[in-house]
Amino acid sequence: MFERYGIGILKGLSVTIRNLFRIPITTQYPEQRLNPSRRTRGNELIWDEKKCTGCGTCAKTCPQGSINIVTSVKTEENKYKVEKFEVDMGYCIFCGLCVEACPYDALFLGYAYERACYRRGELVMDKEALAETMERPRSGYFHPEVAAELPAQSLLVDKNKGERQ
Amino acid sequence: MAMAMLPPDWPGNFWAHWGIFTVIILVYVLLMVLGFIWFERRSMAIMQARLGPNRAGPFGLFQSPADALKVMLKEDIIPSRADKVVHWLAPVIAFFPVMMVLAVVPFQGGALLADLNVGVLYIVAISSVTTLGVFMAGWASNNKYSLLGAMRQVATVVSYEIPVILSLVGVIIITGSLSLQQIVMAQDVPFILVQPLGFLLFFTGALAEINRAPFDLTEADSELVAGYMTEYSGMKFGLFFLAEYGEALVISSIVTTLFLGGWRGPLLPDWLWFLVKVGAVFFVIVWIRTTVPRVRIDQLMALAWKFLFPLALINLLVTAVEVLVWPDVSLWVLVPINFAVMIVLVLLWSKFFKLGWGRVNV
Repeated sequence: MFERYGIGILKGLSVTIRNLFRIPITTQYPEQRLNPSRRTRGNELIWDEKKCTGCGTCAKTCPQGSINIVTSVKTEENKYKVEKFEVDMGYCIFCGLCVEACPYDALFLGYAYERACYRRGELVMDKEALAETMERPRSGYFHPEVAAELPAQSLLVDKNKGERQ
Repeated sequence: MAMAMLPPDWPGNFWAHWGIFTVIILVYVLLMVLGFIWFERRSMAIMQARLGPNRAGPFGLFQSPADALKVMLKEDIIPSRADKVVHWLAPVIAFFPVMMVLAVVPFQGGALLADLNVGVLYIVAISSVTTLGVFMAGWASNNKYSLLGAMRQVATVVSYEIPVILSLVGVIIITGSLSLQQIVMAQDVPFILVQPLGFLLFFTGALAEINRAPFDLTEADSELVAGYMTEYSGMKFGLFFLAEYGEALVISSIVTTLFLGGWRGPLLPDWLWFLVKVGAVFFVIVWIRTTVPRVRIDQLMALAWKFLFPLALINLLVTAVEVLVWPDVSLWVLVPINFAVMIVLVLLWSKFFKLGWGRVNV
């Protein structure tokens, strides 16, 4: 009944004043970090040298052709030796096809997200750079057993507790 | 013209009084403006579920001084085809009324630069000078957008001056004095209760006059460049900014003095009550800015002429009749009557209020 008599302004004012007592949504990034999704396709591949057989399936399936693998034959063990495993992350589109294609679970996507660098050359990663480290943990993409060990993704503010999850 | 007597408890002679209060007003304006900018940014941010400036100093308190310092050090650019003298003079003329108005505002009992017996008239007269500065800025910039912005502002201020002044007259009729000191002394009941409609009209009109949202058409930060200050930079821009927030401070101070009982209040010291009330009024201004979307220019003009102006006239009439009929009645008796009058009038006029020959309902 009172829709046209300024009641809308009062409704709006009550909405804004209730927002005054709300927890801000802003994350203060360098100090406060949210956990990404456990299945995030984060930056850079992680390559397990022990599991890799040098079959080259990842290189064949890569739509960008950014994986460069060179192998030689170890005749005494009847196996391939991986001479060079190089990924140009500048070309990578994080489609994750290589991870899904790897028959020996030797490739993973990374969980980290702060991998900016100054030179394009730094994006080309060799065998040592692709190894798993503390700064570059594995993501659970296509690997539920890895995802189970990662912390739950933090979303926005928990309404009931009034703090971040 | 009576320059008031010195406050009885104030040491020193006339010039000492003058000097001390000039310094007080300067410090009051500068500190409160810096504080207001911080306060507005923070509280608006929190209402929008953001954080606002929180990096420089505790709670981001040093953000405004840092910004002020930056503005002072920036290059001052004058357009080559600008009218240089007017361009230089405009920010000064826009700013100095802010300081002058505060000369008659009492910070506590008797603590004011000059207790003019025509105080309200003086405020009304002096605060109009800001418009002149704005128009000078728009003209001297030699930029059509500046000029258009300035013309919009002049149109707004000239329209809104009338309801604002008429709504003040109600207070003056009840008090029987134009001196702000006397008006505060008369407020045993805060005049916001005795004159609710007058307060509403004055506050709305004042928001339009100082270009605060939702009436900030001239500088609409999300739509226009900056209106009349497009061509200003450096400290001149800083002066315009200072004038804008200084006007908000002045309006808060005047609303406090005329409608909220000025420095009067229990427990706390008088000057602190004054500051608390000024802060509260400014918070309401910020609150409205966060809430209400910007109006169109035709809505702005229609609100002034079709809504505020007739209501201000009726409010004046009602107040005058009340004072004539019951000259000695307690102010508390008028409170329910005036509230009833306000509600009836606002509902009635909302019904009548139409834009564009009734084709567009708002």
